[in-house]
Amino acid sequence: MGYFTSDNAKLAEEIMARYPKVRSALIPLLHLAQEQGGYVTSEAMQEIAELVGATPAEVLGTLSFYEMFKPTDPGRYQINICHGISCFLCGSTELLHHAEERLGIPAGGSTADGLFSLEAVECIAACTEAPALQVNYRYFNRVAPELFDEVVESLASGELAEVPPHGVLARVRQHIPVERAAGPSSPEVSETPVWLES
Amino acid sequence: MSLPEPIITRRFGIENSHTLEGYLSSGGYRGLRRALEMSPQEVHEEVRTASLLGRGGAGFPAGVKWGFCPPGVWPRYLVVNGDESEPGTYKDRLLMERDPHQLIEGCLIACYALGLSQCFLYVRGEMALAQERIAVALNEAYQAGYVGKNVLGSKLSVDIVLHWGAGAYIVGEETALLESLEGKRGMPRLKPPAFPASFGLYGKPTIVNNVETLSNLAWIIENSGAGFAALGSEQSTGTRMFAVSGHVKNPGVFEVEFGVTTFRDIIFGPQCAGGIAGGRKLKTFIPGGASAPWFFEEHLDLPLDKATVDQAGSMLGSGAIVVMDETTDAVAACHNLVRFFARESCGKCTPCREGTSWLESVLSRIMRFQGRLEDLDLLMDICDNISPGIAWPPKMTTICPLGPSAVSPVASALARFRDEFEAYIAKSTVAASVGRPRIPVAAG
Ligand SMILES: Cc1cc2nc3c(=O)[nH]c(=O)nc-3n(C[C@H](O)[C@H](O)[C@H](O)COP(=O)(O)O)c2cc1C
Ligand code: SF4
Repeated sequence: MGYFTSDNAKLAEEIMARYPKVRSALIPLLHLAQEQGGYVTSEAMQEIAELVGATPAEVLGTLSFYEMFKPTDPGRYQINICHGISCFLCGSTELLHHAEERLGIPAGGSTADGLFSLEAVECIAACTEAPALQVNYRYFNRVAPELFDEVVESLASGELAEVPPHGVLARVRQHIPVERAAGPSSPEVSETPVWLES
Repeated sequence: MSLPEPIITRRFGIENSHTLEGYLSSGGYRGLRRALEMSPQEVHEEVRTASLLGRGGAGFPAGVKWGFCPPGVWPRYLVVNGDESEPGTYKDRLLMERDPHQLIEGCLIACYALGLSQCFLYVRGEMALAQERIAVALNEAYQAGYVGKNVLGSKLSVDIVLHWGAGAYIVGEETALLESLEGKRGMPRLKPPAFPASFGLYGKPTIVNNVETLSNLAWIIENSGAGFAALGSEQSTGTRMFAVSGHVKNPGVFEVEFGVTTFRDIIFGPQCAGGIAGGRKLKTFIPGGASAPWFFEEHLDLPLDKATVDQAGSMLGSGAIVVMDETTDAVAACHNLVRFFARESCGKCTPCREGTSWLESVLSRIMRFQGRLEDLDLLMDICDNISPGIAWPPKMTTICPLGPSAVSPVASALARFRDEFEAYIAKSTVAASVGRPRIPVAAG
């Protein structure tokens, strides 16, 4: 029995088939595992290693470089408060303090009910909407303390449908229809592209 | 100043601009159709004529870079840099969310011109909506025959593969991006020899271009390179997006004429950021993202022109203008920027890995009122170790420019606001010369 559900195992095949070298599918597959489980379990790492022909240590090596991959459960909602320069100038320090008090945890911590994790993160590219934050990578702009409280309350009561559980990024995936696919371009095959031949 | 007819943001006002329907009804894919009627060489020539500067940070002309692929070496790849994460930078995300087809069209034009036989569209991991919009756009474009096998019945066959990052600023550096795309830790490669145009993805010739750069191509091919070059200045042509953030009345992303619009126009102009909030005075501004040396009042009348800004000792970088008013604590702002580089250093080069952590550590002890006067020399000494001479453009002892980038805020703040550092130190509770700080634990 593998880690991936049968639907996700199919999706994994589809993703791997797009790349000229299967190792390139490593990060996409880690995302898929995180989408399925909310974080990347060691069984998932093991299975992904086999799929892409790497050792589990290589998978862990790659995974640990990237902040979004969580080897332990961060809870249902990961709240990332931006403390980049533009947000800093517009009150992100105060927002972070407010968030720590409201949730009763320091930045880097998780609430005991498994609902929230809080982090101070680097620039999230919402600089003109400062101070900004993301919940599971969905943006909230110009967040005053009152808005923060509202967001937390509606998340806790399950009312914010636009924020999916942690691990889910795009809710629509790319699908390349077989009959329309040009196919991966292998680095081993040296051919002049046909449209360059006159 | 009046704003020009927008080019790449012209669909931002249209509600369904991100859908194929919205795109087609506002003139979409005309550039691609036009390109397919031309020869690939003619398309490349048009981009050369446009003199389109790369919008990702380095500002290298796209048409020239495209010429660096060694002839006869196949396959060649296109990698789209949508990793936008330089502090203050906010424009690629907008282009991906609001007009994904314009980007896709640009990718196809580049692939046609250069014989690039597969395209990887690398979107920053944290940008879920951009990923979603591009996925929908690609799915529609494949169905309608714009992407994939025999694009619009032509000989052009190319897949565009959407790929998500996973959170690491350094991956925006183009060779780190390629490592990441190969499924590895995103650490930059040594250049030379690893210039992507000759030795890129899987060791094959690869063009890496920024999202905004590629988003300009459809307009250029539809309207001509000369038409693009007619806008702007001699070398900084066309229009360009700038995000103006920080202490301004109306923070926003503005598409302005490149090369001629001034900092004063964009920071104070009523159609742009509208001046400093609360009627306060300007203290300083960063002209091109966290890596850029700071500018001041006396630079306001400089045009947003690459050559001019380079010569004045900074850079336009990624089009990120961060404005600080007179109430800003220069030491705290400097520390904020340095902490970013310390956290994001990939750790491959000693001067960057150690130097950025040392800078952060010394700055934070100054802010905790634990500093000593000689710390100011120590800061400059560390900067000099990262980038000898603290010159502009910086001398490099590192594999990529991230290390030297951390020097910019320190050198700028110390040169102009030394008194603020001294004021912190005057309140210090630590006696002078009790030794250097302990070696900091590597930032993680
Ligand atoms: C530390 C570092 C981070 C970078 N981040 C980005 C980025 O997020 N997006 C981007 O397009 N270019 C980034 N660049 C620049 C790229 O290396 C590269 O020059 C650019 O993508 C080329 O595209 P262009 O010629 O179209 O500008 C970064 C460079 C460095 C050194
Ligand atoms: S300069 Fe810093 S970020 Fe760049 S390769 Fe060296 S250690 Fe990594």
